[in-house]
Amino acid sequence: MKIRQISVFLENRPGRLSALCRTLADAGVNLSTLTLAETGEFGLLRLMTADPDKAKQVIEQAGYAATATEVVALQVPDRPGGLASVLRVLETHNISVEYMYAFAMRAGGDAVMVFRFDDMDRALAALQAAGVNVFTPVDLFGA
Amino acid sequence: MIRNLWNDLDGTFFPESALDYMPADRLREVQLQRLKAATALAYDRVPLFRERMDARGAKPGDVHRLEDVCLLPFSIKNDLRDKYPYGLFAVPMSEVVRLHASSGTTGKPIVVGYTAEDMEVWKQVIMRTLYAAGYSRGDVVQNMFGYGLFTGGLGLHSGIEGIGATVIPISGGNSERQVMVMKDFGVTAVCSTPSYFIHLIEVAAKLGIDFKRDLKVKRGVFGAEPWTDRMRQYIETASGIKAYDIYGLSEIIGPGVASECTCQSGLHVFEDHFLMEIVDPATLEPVPDGSEGELVITTLSKQAMPVIRYRTRDITAIEPRPCACGRNLRRIRRISRRSDDMFIIRGVNVYPSQIETALLRTEASLPHYQIVLTRKSGLDRMEVRVEVTGEMLSDRLSEMEGLQRRFARSIEQITSLHTDVTLVQPGTIPRSEGKARRVLDNRNEPV
Repeated sequence: MKIRQISVFLENRPGRLSALCRTLADAGVNLSTLTLAETGEFGLLRLMTADPDKAKQVIEQAGYAATATEVVALQVPDRPGGLASVLRVLETHNISVEYMYAFAMRAGGDAVMVFRFDDMDRALAALQAAGVNVFTPVDLFGA
Repeated sequence: MIRNLWNDLDGTFFPESALDYMPADRLREVQLQRLKAATALAYDRVPLFRERMDARGAKPGDVHRLEDVCLLPFSIKNDLRDKYPYGLFAVPMSEVVRLHASSGTTGKPIVVGYTAEDMEVWKQVIMRTLYAAGYSRGDVVQNMFGYGLFTGGLGLHSGIEGIGATVIPISGGNSERQVMVMKDFGVTAVCSTPSYFIHLIEVAAKLGIDFKRDLKVKRGVFGAEPWTDRMRQYIETASGIKAYDIYGLSEIIGPGVASECTCQSGLHVFEDHFLMEIVDPATLEPVPDGSEGELVITTLSKQAMPVIRYRTRDITAIEPRPCACGRNLRRIRRISRRSDDMFIIRGVNVYPSQIETALLRTEASLPHYQIVLTRKSGLDRMEVRVEVTGEMLSDRLSEMEGLQRRFARSIEQITSLHTDVTLVQPGTIPRSEGKARRVLDNRNEPV
């Protein structure tokens, strides 16, 4: 199951990230996980939250440029070769990982990792066929 | 030579368009007679023009030939701003039936007024504009210019009704609905800014609508912003319509100052209502036909707000050859750029409009941008800051870097200058009265 992730454009300057976090805090948006990809000049903040539509609305109303993308959250065994076993499934099907990052929460003893693939639908089918656990929003954020 | 007095496409006779084919000597007579009346009106009723003419020692009676227009003083946009709101009106407010206003680059907007007679002239020039582009009764016209204080929407509107076509007064915005209306209402012709129409072509594609197969649109008139032949090619190829350039400005009348015929080779000026001159923007001396310069217009029939030798800041040239359509109205070339805001960097003249053209090669609508000039160790550097919008944004860094490179490359192609493009957050470029300050020249500041 795909999950909506919100990406926000931030200039790479002191105070920009903290201003955005304050905006979200004031609106009562709880960030479940976030990651910052950056060049020297700007960054893309990717975040996940229980109500992505509200988060996007709050962010846009505060004047930021934001976009929603679909990603998947996978259960990755917390042992040597755990991630390799998941990636092998994708390699077999010739699917590329565009980016990935760790979710700020664990599932049982295992890690949760967020992935964006070049072909999301084929990736999901391949992963599910290989028995990889794909989390739903309820798994991650509760009901 | 009068090839025909009829609609260019279907051979119907349109009396309004007959004026387009008036013999040149007769046209000059009409112009001279009207120039004398306009000069007298401006002198008698508008203190600013009287003061300026007195200062130059010019009297309305000095105009004996069309060339004598050069005895008259120039006027500029600031004059309209200084006399805000009604200071340039030549008639009492009881004669004014319509007001429009446009935002200035800084400060107060400018206000323009129309008498009932002005409204009739405005309608006539829009009708001639539409006939020249092949519009006629039976067309269903989606008018996407903004309705309200802007002259675009209501200006086109009266002319569309005037030719007996069906007008859809939809104004701009809400792109998906625009496409739906275009399809469901059987729209055959459009009026729009070129950049917005390009955006609609992309929206239609996303909605799975094939412009050529699913829509009946055959033609469009486009204006209110600078555009290029390349944009025209894109519009015509992608949507299968014919795209015609129209030109106008609120200070003169709004849309309806000049427009293209189906030959698509320059814009015929409605010379029976507007006297044009092309001058060197530095010396204000006239330039020969065919040479580029600033377009200067004197209104010949405006009653509520006549303007004498108004400097449009638009750079164009008079096309010296006659047009294949047979019209005797002379043509100006597509407005290439503006005479203001020009800056020189490493010996190259650059206009912000060139940067706009470059940005529009990558983006469907013009993003907010600012040009920042700096000097380090004697070397000038140009940076273009572009505000990122939600539509431009990708969740992938590589795509954002690609966008940055595409902007830089198209600016380099147009200006042959290397540029640093910086992507910035929305709202970070300072705006004055809604319009951004385009050029920030920091070259004299200590680095």
